[in-house]
Amino acid sequence: MTDTNTRPVRRSLQVHPDQPASMERRKLLGGALGLAALPLAASLLPSRAFAQAPLTSAVNTTGLAVTDSTVKVGILHSITGTMAISETGSVQAEKLAIDQINAAGGVLGRKIEFVQEDGASDWPTFAEKARKLLVEDKVASVFGCWTSASRKAVLPVFEQYNGMLYYPTFYEGLEQSPNVIYTGQEATQQILAGIDWVVKEKGAKSFYLIGSDYIWPRTSNKIARRHIEKQGLSVVGEDYFPLGHTQFNSVINKIKLKKPDVIYAIVVGGSNVAFYKQLKAAGIDMTQEHPLLLTISVTEDEIRGIGGENIEGAYAAMKYFQSLDNENNKAFVANFKEMWGDDMVIGDVTQAAYLGAWLWKAAVEKAGSFDIDKVREASPGIELTTAPEGYVRIHENHHLWSKTRIGHAKADGQYEVVYETADLMEPNPFPEGYQ
Amino acid sequence: MARILNMDRTQLLGFVLLAALVFLVLPLALDAFRLNMVGKYLTYAFVAVGLVLCWGYGGILSLGQGVFFGLGGYCMAMFLKLEASTPEATAIQSTPGIPDFMDWNQVTALPWFWEPFHNLAFTLFAVIAVPVAFAFIIGVAMFKRRVGGVYFAIITQAVAAILSILIIGQQGYTGGVNGITDLRTLLGWDIRTDSARTILYFVNGGLLFVCLFIAAWIKSTKFGRILVAMRGREDRVRFSGYDVSAFKIFVFCVAAGMAAVGGAMFTLQVGFMSPTFVGIVPSIEMVIFCAVGGRLSILGAVYGTLLVNWGKTTFSETFPELWLFAMGAVFIGVVLAFPNGLAGLWTDHVAPRLPRRLGGRPRPEAAQPAPAE
Repeated sequence: MTDTNTRPVRRSLQVHPDQPASMERRKLLGGALGLAALPLAASLLPSRAFAQAPLTSAVNTTGLAVTDSTVKVGILHSITGTMAISETGSVQAEKLAIDQINAAGGVLGRKIEFVQEDGASDWPTFAEKARKLLVEDKVASVFGCWTSASRKAVLPVFEQYNGMLYYPTFYEGLEQSPNVIYTGQEATQQILAGIDWVVKEKGAKSFYLIGSDYIWPRTSNKIARRHIEKQGLSVVGEDYFPLGHTQFNSVINKIKLKKPDVIYAIVVGGSNVAFYKQLKAAGIDMTQEHPLLLTISVTEDEIRGIGGENIEGAYAAMKYFQSLDNENNKAFVANFKEMWGDDMVIGDVTQAAYLGAWLWKAAVEKAGSFDIDKVREASPGIELTTAPEGYVRIHENHHLWSKTRIGHAKADGQYEVVYETADLMEPNPFPEGYQ
Repeated sequence: MARILNMDRTQLLGFVLLAALVFLVLPLALDAFRLNMVGKYLTYAFVAVGLVLCWGYGGILSLGQGVFFGLGGYCMAMFLKLEASTPEATAIQSTPGIPDFMDWNQVTALPWFWEPFHNLAFTLFAVIAVPVAFAFIIGVAMFKRRVGGVYFAIITQAVAAILSILIIGQQGYTGGVNGITDLRTLLGWDIRTDSARTILYFVNGGLLFVCLFIAAWIKSTKFGRILVAMRGREDRVRFSGYDVSAFKIFVFCVAAGMAAVGGAMFTLQVGFMSPTFVGIVPSIEMVIFCAVGGRLSILGAVYGTLLVNWGKTTFSETFPELWLFAMGAVFIGVVLAFPNGLAGLWTDHVAPRLPRRLGGRPRPEAAQPAPAE
């Protein structure tokens, strides 16, 4: 019986075929104890037994794939192509969350089954697969997408067929769809706290902005520039490079010439490896903090490619670091490594992907229904005290209230958390005065 | 019709079978979602049919057909995007009335080259004219200088790379990596509904047959024979007094025009256009569709496109983590086992067994080995 329980639906992958199912279930139950404090689940779910679930006709009035004992969801990430290296962590986190939720009794007494589709790092494929998940599989929710381009490609599909997407990546903002819950930070949350910190703590006066050439770095730097100039400080340079660019010597020379206090870097993907190696080779030792480097695009996942020794001393502003010291996070990191291997690292987006399934579960249980419209209505105000990053709450604008932290990169590839905002940062996808 | 195109019974039968498949069997057998997907595959078939003319008959291997597919698609997308960007719909932007991605990139006025795309008639003209003009320029620059063979393939590939970098780099004017997304209506007609998608599928199928007939007609004329002669012995054709470059430019432009129509239909059916179609990888993929179908067969190109894409979708839905290996195995298998593609399979094994009155022949004409490229 347990065997069938841990197997997802047709056309999808087995969770992890190398382990006997019963053992895995026991393990997960153990892991779930740490999460058992979920207050909403405890108060709203009368019993954890599958048998006492509410009637399907009552919780599903719109023809979603919900049966008396199961509910189907979709996972839509690139597991092939250039983005696979970034998105794999999200897939793993989502599968972990689904397993834990199932081990704790499922959602409204129903076991979650997932249908996994491959976006193949190709935006039209994302759109095709999103349509397939919503139209053919009739999934109750989708956890997926990573790049802004893939989100923009699936957005009209989700709005047309009224689906629900939990999107994990920190991104540029300027968007607020009724069919998306953004579990990563939007640009202002990441940027403002980071810049305020270097100005206050490090006395920074001049900044050099650098980024990969697409919408997220450009929008983020626009916000950063406004915020810097508002305080009477100066931006001494701003440069963009195509995705995949590997020759940063000219900009590094410009940086040396302009002598900024802070290099503000939003370089993404494979370019990061070249950028940090060349910075080091050019004699800019980030541990000297002269100039200091502040990034919003390098998580622990990227450091694996860059090499900890090449980025040691840099600062990153985001909401989650693997080294966060709290009970939720310790349990999360342990469970993640148990499921996917000890050599795994967990970055900001991976943690945000993990939140998606839990936030959905909480919203469904608050709504008492899987219907998309009711879940949407129930979502604002949903809070998660069990989140590895601490505590999050869904804002009316579908983004999360969350704290921003500053991490200091160490040679072993981890960040040491040196600062966190005292209060939750309000998500503000359409910041006035920053556009 | 058959007489105009100089078709024999086998060819006519092939057209009838394909028409039955596209207009009867698939629409009856598939739901709206799958039919729309087949419609998307068929837009690639426009490119593959163009490649049969240009590569299979003319011997000009272009690895940059995605450029023309993309240009056609972008022209259509620009019109649809402008229609979707009314001042009311974009009221939250700093500059209402311009496409959303321009606003995100601090562009505050509609660029001049977007203006004409408010007009549908101009757009339909541009869908064909822009890619064909571009193909003409490339053709004149290359063929007049007698650049051919592998060099031409490399240059087309470079053009594909340049254009995709250009589109990605100029994101304020083109939408960058994201492409042009969230297209909704065509002259007020919502193209996202199932019924609209079904209608577009038939329009797409109709246009594909127009292209197929054009291709069959070109093949049957003296021009078609000159093309084959050029592929075999370019020098001899030139010494016989023909201007080889003019023929090459013409067939390259025809292939570009067909690809452009496919691109425009893609935009209409899928609802967005992205620079991923302009680059090198999709351009090469389109050559693969053509090769799998059989590069000497106009109809084979359509079947090849359908088969490869159907395989891609099925494999990737069934084995999301292994599907690329399965596709690779299929390509290698097809090339090793059937060098003339699906069409070769038909002419070598199926057609000889057909009764004579259906056009069966003991010795099929396309059975001789394909000339080496």
